[in-house]
This record gives sequence, C-alpha cells and structure tokens, in this order.
Amino acid sequence: MEIIKPGTRIPFLSYRRWGFILSSVLIVGVLLLLFTKGPNLGVDFEGGTMVHVKFGDAVTIGQLRAALEQSPLGGVVQDFGGAGEYLIRMEKSTAQIDTVGRDIRNVLDQGFGQGSYEVLRVESVGPKVGDDLRRRGILSVIFATIMMGAYIWIRFELRFGLGAIVALIHDVLITLGALVVANFELDLPIVAALLTIAGYSVNDTVVICDRIRENMRKYRRDSMEKIINTSINETLGRTILTTVTTLLVLTALLVLGGGVIRPFAFTLFVGFLAGLYSTIFVATPMILFFEKGRRR
Amino acid sequence: MRQSLVIRLVLLVVCLGAAGIYLAPSFVSGLWFLPENGIRLGLDLQGGSHLVLEVEVEKAVENRMRRVRTALRDELRERGIAFKGLEIDSAGELVVTASQGGMERIRELLTAEFSQLEVSASGAGADGAELRAAFVARELENIRDFAVDQTLETIRNRIDQFGVTEPTIQRQGQHDILVQLPGIQDPERAKALIGKTALLEFKLVDERGDVQAAERSGAPPGREVLYGYEDTASSGVRREKIPYLLEARTLMTGDAIADANVRRGDQLEGLYVELALNSVGSTAFDRLTGENVGRLLAIVLDGRVYSAPQIRERISGGVASITGNFSFQEARDLAIVLRAGALPAPVKILEERTVGPSLGRDSVEKGVFSFILGSVLVLIFMMAYYRGAGVLADVALVLNIFFMMAILAGFEAVLTLPGIAGIILTLGMAVDANVLINERIREEVRNGKSPRAAVDTGYERAIPAILDSNLTTFLAGVILFQFGTGPIRGFAVTLCVGILTTVISAVYGTRIYYDYRLTRRNLVRLSV
Repeated sequence: MEIIKPGTRIPFLSYRRWGFILSSVLIVGVLLLLFTKGPNLGVDFEGGTMVHVKFGDAVTIGQLRAALEQSPLGGVVQDFGGAGEYLIRMEKSTAQIDTVGRDIRNVLDQGFGQGSYEVLRVESVGPKVGDDLRRRGILSVIFATIMMGAYIWIRFELRFGLGAIVALIHDVLITLGALVVANFELDLPIVAALLTIAGYSVNDTVVICDRIRENMRKYRRDSMEKIINTSINETLGRTILTTVTTLLVLTALLVLGGGVIRPFAFTLFVGFLAGLYSTIFVATPMILFFEKGRRR
Repeated sequence: MRQSLVIRLVLLVVCLGAAGIYLAPSFVSGLWFLPENGIRLGLDLQGGSHLVLEVEVEKAVENRMRRVRTALRDELRERGIAFKGLEIDSAGELVVTASQGGMERIRELLTAEFSQLEVSASGAGADGAELRAAFVARELENIRDFAVDQTLETIRNRIDQFGVTEPTIQRQGQHDILVQLPGIQDPERAKALIGKTALLEFKLVDERGDVQAAERSGAPPGREVLYGYEDTASSGVRREKIPYLLEARTLMTGDAIADANVRRGDQLEGLYVELALNSVGSTAFDRLTGENVGRLLAIVLDGRVYSAPQIRERISGGVASITGNFSFQEARDLAIVLRAGALPAPVKILEERTVGPSLGRDSVEKGVFSFILGSVLVLIFMMAYYRGAGVLADVALVLNIFFMMAILAGFEAVLTLPGIAGIILTLGMAVDANVLINERIREEVRNGKSPRAAVDTGYERAIPAILDSNLTTFLAGVILFQFGTGPIRGFAVTLCVGILTTVISAVYGTRIYYDYRLTRRNLVRLSV
C-alpha cells in the first residue's frame, strides 16, 4: 500500500504564501484570544481548590449550584462529562486547604444527604506552590525551546534551527488557542503535553532537515527551493504515516481514556495536527526564508 | 557477518529473558528468583493523598526563645543577679533591662553560658541599661532544621500508627515536608491527624477570678482565657462554648507522656484517653496534684480546654486521663497524636491532591482499554501498509512495549495516568523509526538495488534521522523530568524510556531479522 506515490512532486513551497497567511491569521487570532480572554488557568497555576464529585442520584448542575451558593464556600460548578459528575472550583481566598475538603463535604451532606455522592478527586494548591509551579512551567517551556533549537543548530545549521523553533512556537501557540476555545483548563499535565508537542514538532522538522541536507549534497546544481520541495515530497509518506499512527492511538485515548486524561489527549491531538501542517508549511519555508536572507 | 548475527541473536534472547524476569512480579508474586517489586502505581491510579506541608519554623524559633528566657531567668536568680525586666519583643528578640552594674554581670553570663545568643543592641534606657539579644545565625538555622526534622519524625510516627501501607514522608526544599499516603480511605481524617500540633498542657483553673470580666476586658496578668466545647444534651449536635480563666503558667506538657490509650469508662463518662506518664512526668504530676488538692486542673490541647476535673487527691501512679465526649474515632486519633508527641512547630498544608480509589481504578481500566485499542489499530495499520515489513515492525513494536514495561518495572518506576498516556503515545510514535527505514528501503528497491543493498542503504540512511529526531524528543522529556512533579515525572519517564526502547527494538531488533534472511540467501524479494 502506498499513500504517496513515488515521484510525487507537489509544489508545496509555491503554496507557502497561503500557508503564511493562514498561519498568521491563526497566530494573531490565538494571541488576541490569549490577551483578551486569557488562558483558563487550573488550580495548579492559579491556586485554589478543585473538587471532582460524582452523584449517585440524578442531581442537576442547577441543584448543585444552588446548594453551593447558600454556603460561604461559593465555587464555580462545571459539568464533567455528564453522568452526575461535576467539578467544583473554589478561589484560593475562600478555600482553606486544611479544611476545604471537610467544608465541601458538609455542604454536600446538608444539600443532598450523606452517601449520596462520592468525592473522586480533590486538588488544592496554595498560592506559594501555585507561583512556584507557574514559574517552573514557563521555565521548562523556554528551556526546551532553546535547547532543541541549539541541538538542531549544532547538528545542522543555524537556519534549520531557527526554522524548527518557529514551527515549534507555532504549534504550541495554536494548541494553546485550541485549549482556550475548547475551554480546557491549563494545568501541569497540559504543560507536559505542550512540551511533548514541542519535542515531536522538532522531531518532524529534523527528519525533513536531514533529507534536505542529504539532497543538498546530491543535487548541488538545484536551487534551494527545488531541493526543499523534493525533500518534503520524499518524506511526505513518512510524515503522513507517522502522524496517522499517532493520531490513531490518540483517538483511542481521547475516546476511551476517560475524562481525567481527555484534556491531555486533546492537547496532543491538536498539537500533532498542527505539527503535520507546520512541518510542511512553516518550518521548511522558514529555512528558505533564512537562506535567502543569508544570500542577500 | 554470521558471527555478529549469532551474537546479536543471543543478546536479544538474553534481553528478552531479563525483561521477562523484571516484568513478571507485576503479574505474579512469590517466586524466589523474581525481583520483589513490579511496576508501582502512582497515587492518581491507586488512589491516595499527596500533601505538601510547610513547617512554620519561625514558631519553633519563638518557642526556643521562650525557653531560653526561662533558662536565663533561672540562672540570673540562682546567681543573685538583679534585673528589672526580661521580655521578648515583637521581633522575637530578648530584651533585658537592669542597672548599669547588673548589666555587666549579665553580659558576662551571656558570653559564658549562652553562646547561642548574640547581643544585637545595647544602650541606656529610661531606668538603667537595656540589652537586646538574638540567636546567632547558625543557631537559628539549627533550630529551623531541627524543627523540620522533628516534625517529619512525629508525622511519620503518627502515620505509622494510623496504619497506611508504604507511605512516603520526606523533606522537600527547605522547610517543606512531602507526605504521600497511597490507598487512603478517609483523607480528611488523615489530614487532621497530621496537621494537629497536639501541644498538651496542664494548667490550673483560677476559680476566684471573674471569667466574664476577663472575657470582656482581657485577662489579668498571669491569667488567660481559653475555651472548652461541650455538647449540650438538649440541642444534640450543637456545641456550647465554655470560657475558662486559667493560670497562664503551664505545669506540665505532653513531653511527660509515655503512652496513651483509649479506655471505656462507665455509662456517663463514655470513652476517655488514658495517659501513662514517664518517670519525670510521674514525679511532676505527683507533686502537682499533691500541692493543689481540691483545685481544678485544666487539660488543654492546642489551646482548647478538653476537661477541667477537680484534683481529689494526690495522684502518684503516673496515670492521667482526658475525658470529653469522644467518638471512638476521635478518641483513637487523640491517643495517636499524644503518643507520637507534639509537633515542634505548627504545619500548614500548601498543596493537596487526593484521588479516590474508585477514580483510580477507573483510570487504570480506561487506560488499559485505550492502550489495547491503540495497539490493535497501529498493528493492523502497519501490516496493511507494509505487509511483510509491517509484520516485522509490529513484532518490533510488541518487543518495544515489552522492554519498556520491563525497564519501568526494573527501576521500580511509578506508573501514573499521564505515564499510561506516555506509553500509548510511544505506541504511535514507535513505528516512526520503522516507517523511516521502510520508506528508505522502498526507495532503494525502486532505484533497482538488490535486497541486500537496499536493506543496507535503507538502514544506513535512516539511522541519522531516527537518532536526531528521537534525541530532540528525549531532550524534551529530560526537561519535563527536571521541572515536573509527581504524575508529570511519570510521563517524562515513560516518554524517555519509550524512546530508548523504540530506537533499540525498531532499529537493531528488526535488523537481526533481515541479516538472518540475507545470510541464508533466501531473501529474493523484499516485502515492503
């Protein structure tokens, strides 16, 4: 079986203008979204408490909200994949970590009766830890970006490294935007997923860079544009195949993995799609762009 | 060629055997030749609590300063040195006031006997000389350090008595303690047990003083108002707050306790906690009760009066008791904290992550289910796409998963939910190496090369790309491990281990097969 017939010559680079427009629109949109609405920070980074409860009987989200409103705890209720499961989120000011678990149980006991519900998860993060986690999250993304760029720079050339970094930032930003749109909270596992996307975004770019380097030696007379285009086409089968197998398993995880892992799987899924696109339409045109800049 | 092939085959078999041995304990147990532990499940999969506590070390410093003050006062009196004042100010410094001449002798005493203090300021006050002293920096560090260590030990004792299998209790950072309680059923109770300072004090009740007046306008010097809570029989659960006017002086503390146990009294008393005192405690209690027959003795725990019984006679048996309408659980937990001793400083919970057992089980089931479906999809896809080479890639994939699990088990790594996701992700990405190789071989075959040449060049050309691309992801994994905590580390570990095993099984494992077929010279057409 073959998806891409040998000798396929799709002039990807001639579409680079369209890719540039599409990416720019997406990135500007994401940035607008991030600066206006802002990412939905989870308790990991913002502090506060999240309680995941499951009710045995049918308790509607409205009933739960009403019960919480009467208590001093307050809290925002969110439906968690139906079936009587809800997430209750409390601000750090109203929730004392030492007692919040007990307080919420008291409220639920009063409102719905003891034993009518089960507390599946409690996550409480104090402000000090939240600040620390946020700092670590940001640092890890910056470090990863720099180190991967540096690695490619050393192994290949500076422009390849720059192309890889642009593609990586592109992928991570678009995934962030998708998270905001899908209303998923940004927490530690999501940052881990973003870093993984960064890793695999570069992975894809490396494979094409490797081919470009090889073809640069093979076809010395050809223009850089032609060499890059040939390389993209030659590795196209692999790019699609690997993305397909990865998306296959991620679909399995997304559908069957359960609610807790869903945001994580979603992040990876979007990230890999973005990675597939950016490898062809962002990273390689960037290499050409930096190449031209050098020649001038 | 032949010889290297044999060596590689033997190596593969040895690796398989070793992997089997390391993996086996995760499924069966009790065989003598097997390692003891298999893959451990993280708290998010088996359920449990993850707590980060901050030890409020400054409180320990304050307490120590108070003790130093008492020691200094006793010393001054013993030596007959006159002083006007000996106080601790709001900054926690010791302030001594005395006459000019007395101050000279106090200074001498401080240098000779109290080397943990240093004079921070001195001068002439309104009446005589004034001197301020604080702990030297090293002593300060020692006190804080010791407070954290002792808190950790005490918490460990409490948890051991509470009964948690394989808890983790360790220092984290400077003044924090990490507590992990796997499989715990009642996290709230555990939290209360761990967080209780459990400072037990015996104080005399001032029956002649006016409690109401003291409540309104503050307690007179040397006295303090503390509260007790009592169930009022008529209103059931509602607890009534009862004020007590106490002599501020603490006659005895929880240090005097050797053991504490729950006892059942008669109908009226209900449950009570019996305290067995150590020898120092017995003597002190004997004297205390002997000197104060007829008075009320308040038993105060963490600033709350539990009971204030009348001392009917001198008690010399070294046994005291705390009553207070306990449920069995309350009485048991109280006995535990009293036995384990007080925390040298209060603790504050900075972070809590608790997963109930049912959610953990659910996550494992769903994780395994997605893993199986994911693998089947990938295996079928590879077979359909590459036929012979696809089957080979599938074998490599199965080996890969096998090795990966074995390594995780061998290092006793903790498997978390993101970790499972990492394994599933590896499934999808692992075939990448084989895809790269197979695509290359296809190209070479199209270029008209012989099977042998196609395989050789295919591998040779694909390997740099495979190594480079996997190394970058590996880098991301290392960074994740460095900056991440808990479940994230679990993910980082599976990611990195997965990359290692992928490269080895997909590149070197599959090559054995080709070399074997090529050596036998019966590989005429490559199925790729």
